[in-house]
Amino acid sequence: MELSRIVITGLGLTAPNGNNLAEFRRNLLQGVSGITMVDVRYMGRWPAGMCTFDPLRYQRKKDVRIGTRAGSISIYCAREALADSGIDLARRDLSRIGVFLGITEHGNVETENEVYNISQFKYDTKFWTHHHNPRTVANSPAGEVSLNLGTTGPAYTIGAACAAGNMGLIHAAQMLRLREVDFAFGGGVSESPQTFGIFAGFKSQNALASHADPTKASRPFDKARNGIVISEGGCIYTLERLEDAQARGAKIYGELAGYCVNSDATDYVLPNPERQAECVRRALANAGMTVDDIDIVNTHATSTPQGDIQECQAIAAVFRDRREPAAINNTKSFIGHAMGAAGALELAGNLPSFDDLVVHPTINVDDLDPQCDIPGLVLNRPRAIKRVDAILNNSFGMLGINSTLIIKRFPAHPTHP
Amino acid sequence: MTKDECKKLVIDIIADIAPDEDLSGVKPEVRLRDQLQLDSMDFLDIVMELRKRYGIEVPEADYMQLASLDSCAEYLTPKFQAKV
Repeated sequence: MELSRIVITGLGLTAPNGNNLAEFRRNLLQGVSGITMVDVRYMGRWPAGMCTFDPLRYQRKKDVRIGTRAGSISIYCAREALADSGIDLARRDLSRIGVFLGITEHGNVETENEVYNISQFKYDTKFWTHHHNPRTVANSPAGEVSLNLGTTGPAYTIGAACAAGNMGLIHAAQMLRLREVDFAFGGGVSESPQTFGIFAGFKSQNALASHADPTKASRPFDKARNGIVISEGGCIYTLERLEDAQARGAKIYGELAGYCVNSDATDYVLPNPERQAECVRRALANAGMTVDDIDIVNTHATSTPQGDIQECQAIAAVFRDRREPAAINNTKSFIGHAMGAAGALELAGNLPSFDDLVVHPTINVDDLDPQCDIPGLVLNRPRAIKRVDAILNNSFGMLGINSTLIIKRFPAHPTHP
Repeated sequence: MTKDECKKLVIDIIADIAPDEDLSGVKPEVRLRDQLQLDSMDFLDIVMELRKRYGIEVPEADYMQLASLDSCAEYLTPKFQAKV
């Protein structure tokens, strides 16, 4: 069966260092971190990534009060993506528009807030809000988008731990190819810094980053890295079948070339480089590409001592036969780990490379860990390269879920189809 | 606690529940739902805020007493007075 070609025609984002693609990209090229110290309930001050977008740009105050932070992030990103795509919803069949958002988790924030709330009333549950259930159902962020836009097609989340951002795009593409929808919002969101439980969980796991200077806390590949910086954020793309995008003369950011999602089946939290490498290889096969076709590899590396090494091993194993090393970078060094948004945001930070042929660096690498020293790392300064025709984006998550997404230039470079 | 003071407390709650609404011209004799964008969930929020802020319980059978500012004042003022 001939599958429809799927293209990206718009995007909206909010990251700790930027509320639109231009601002985000500028800060990635100028080495500007978005990490600050924040107060975490019960735990004091920790480095984290918080976004500064204005929720009231697209929501009423009442909707912000009733909804969730993840919902506000989702609505902001979806509205920005919609505007960027040039689509007029009034002229579309709203039942043929889908919303597919990756999430690492949802409901922790709202549940913790209510437990804290009733703790002020001697834990009497009659003070528990009636908003709790709609706020915490797993489809909540996507549902808030459908409420805000008035779209009546499928709108739900994809729970895939920290592999989820890629999954939002992948699932959107699948639904377009199945012709279940004609226009799709796909991406990922995170409100995780609002929950102390995630900080406390990583701390108990000895995987929470600490540093006197918050902008230095997220430092993948550096010898002194000591854990994850938890961030919020969102990035939502509009995706369409190529023929639909071309028929309306849409701006096209890139074409979804291939992908893979697989599972380690080995551990609750520890990654498995063999399965990660398999995920990358299968994504290449799915795209009909070889390692020589990939120009930028955006790593998942979260700045944990073991995880970074294992991903580097996986990438080195897959790319060892490449003639010239691909450029390898990491966006979390700027924005921390945006959880469900990570894959989608990190891809967005690299898409402008199709146009400017510059690779944003991994910052904060003062002393490269020899075990992470693989060919092609772009460290501390941007690097201009001769060709950017394909970007490979890795996102991995707990319970051993891996996702790799490959986006290629559109239209293809005439000498490199 | 007078009835006017009671109405002021209810308006303060509504201002938090429905922050986009202009409450300057609310008519006390007209049903709140007929002049403001309030739904059943909002009334549950009003009930919850009365409980949290003032320890006042409004049983479900009495929710209709909160229909207008005037009926709120009739129903709630004795409850506030009983708290003093």
